[in-house]
Amino acid sequence: MKNDKLDQLYRSVIMDHYKTPRNKGVLEGSNVTIDMNNPTCGDVIHLTLQVEDDIVKDAKFEGEGCSISMASASMMTQLVKGKNKEEAIFAAHAFSDMMLGKEVDESVDFGDIEALTGVAKFPARIKCATLPWKAMEKGIAGDSE
Amino acid sequence: MLNPDIRNDFPILDQEVNGYPLVYLDSAATSQKPRQVIEALEHYYKYDNSNVHRGVHTLGNRATEDYEGARETVRKFLNASSTKEIVFTRGTTTALNLIADSYGRANIAEGDEIIITYMEHHSNIIPWQQLAKATGAVLKYVDLEEDGTLSLEKVSDAMTDRTKIVSMMYVSNVLGTMNPIKEITEIAHVHGAVMVVDAAQAAPHIEIDVQDLDCDFLAFSGHKLCGPTGIGALYGKKALLEAMEPTEFGGEMIDFVGLYDSTWKELPWKFEGGTPIIAGAIGMAAAIDYIQSIGLDAIEQHEHELVAYAMEQMRTLEGIEIYGPRDASKRAGIVTFNLEGVHPHDLATVLDMNGIAVRAGHHCCQPLMKWLDVSATARASFYLYNTKEDVDRLMEGLRMAKEYFQ
Ligand SMILES: Cc1ncc(COP(=O)(O)O)c(C=O)c1O
Repeated sequence: MKNDKLDQLYRSVIMDHYKTPRNKGVLEGSNVTIDMNNPTCGDVIHLTLQVEDDIVKDAKFEGEGCSISMASASMMTQLVKGKNKEEAIFAAHAFSDMMLGKEVDESVDFGDIEALTGVAKFPARIKCATLPWKAMEKGIAGDSE
Repeated sequence: MLNPDIRNDFPILDQEVNGYPLVYLDSAATSQKPRQVIEALEHYYKYDNSNVHRGVHTLGNRATEDYEGARETVRKFLNASSTKEIVFTRGTTTALNLIADSYGRANIAEGDEIIITYMEHHSNIIPWQQLAKATGAVLKYVDLEEDGTLSLEKVSDAMTDRTKIVSMMYVSNVLGTMNPIKEITEIAHVHGAVMVVDAAQAAPHIEIDVQDLDCDFLAFSGHKLCGPTGIGALYGKKALLEAMEPTEFGGEMIDFVGLYDSTWKELPWKFEGGTPIIAGAIGMAAAIDYIQSIGLDAIEQHEHELVAYAMEQMRTLEGIEIYGPRDASKRAGIVTFNLEGVHPHDLATVLDMNGIAVRAGHHCCQPLMKWLDVSATARASFYLYNTKEDVDRLMEGLRMAKEYFQ
């Protein structure tokens, strides 16, 4: 059986991150912890970050949710490591634009993450993809206050 | 099984979704509407639209007759003894809130108990939480049996002489369980408590007789039984409703208005402040006429057969978990499940891309999800227009999802 629209959504990179998530777990010695959920569907994420001297040194996540939210979390933790706070927040905004089908600022190199652009065509699933990024943004913006 | 020509009464079913003929398996969220209901609404707006209970003119009389005629239809549908016992509301949620806000505030004191179960819909939980918080009453949950049914013993054990309100769903929107409301009502009455029934999932599927149940209040929604959205009804025993204060004040519900004090109309209008849901009531009455013309017994039987077939087919899939009673004759037309390795949202998306509509998530039952120890589930719900072919399409979709996520 084949379905082109589904293939657009569930790209192999996404399935790979879903089945073998990167940076899964709880970070020991983290100094930023964020819990966020999506009340309409029950997805939850527990994100732990280690932020030092304005730089996101390490990131890990745990959670429960669909392939899109968990793959997105896995990819987000990879991208955010090594970024300074401003860059990380900028990436969260750029990701949100990408999900809304808007032009994305080219200064962010999303790499494989662009596989998630297919989600923009599934309005009910956009919130799944953005949940981990919103959590990251909240944690970092909260930390800078 | 019902005659499959019934499908032709539902224009919406005759369409393709994402390139496939639509299979609608989300009737527990809201049912589709037959031509007969759509035409009743159209007729009202084309020929009879007017405000009720006020004008002298002919249209006003017609609208009033139709609106009050709809009340009589609901009375007969529930076998209530008087139309005074039928209050039109926006739906089940509004009706349950009305009971909590009016009856509850007047009759519940600190230390009194309100009893519900783990399987309740949020709309039969939160009004009681709010009431308990405001009055200092205790909200108690009856635990479920392993298969998601209620045992009368546990229900009975939960009640004491401080129990004032028992509120339970008749049919579960997740497990499909049909609860023994008549027996529970009897136990509640022994303790002097009132029995409230959330019949949102019962009214579309099974015959209801409020006099036989002897329940004190019962609520349902029109949109789940082939009627329009925005209309439902509250049944209440006359003596109880008579003693209750309205919760909404304004036009339509008053008798005499002075500068600093007013009096209310008699039942049931004192609970219907403002211009009522005229078209909605007329549409809901047309829906009740429609399902009664097919016969609730026949509908219930049809659903039992579909659910039995669906459960039998689904059990052939490896990694499937079906929640609720195993025996199809113990459930209404609802099958809630999970497929190992496929999150319900992903499952719903895969099915949607194949033209199949199911619900995924917590189904407004977070405490029940917790009890089942899952964060979300998928749900296929059946109604009179569904067929075994719909189940076959569902199975194809489930197999595809399995393949995708292997
Ligand atoms: C069991 C049950 N109770 C209450 C409700 C609430 O009904 P409504 O949203 O029409 O007020 C529903 C519908 O979702 C339900 O399934």
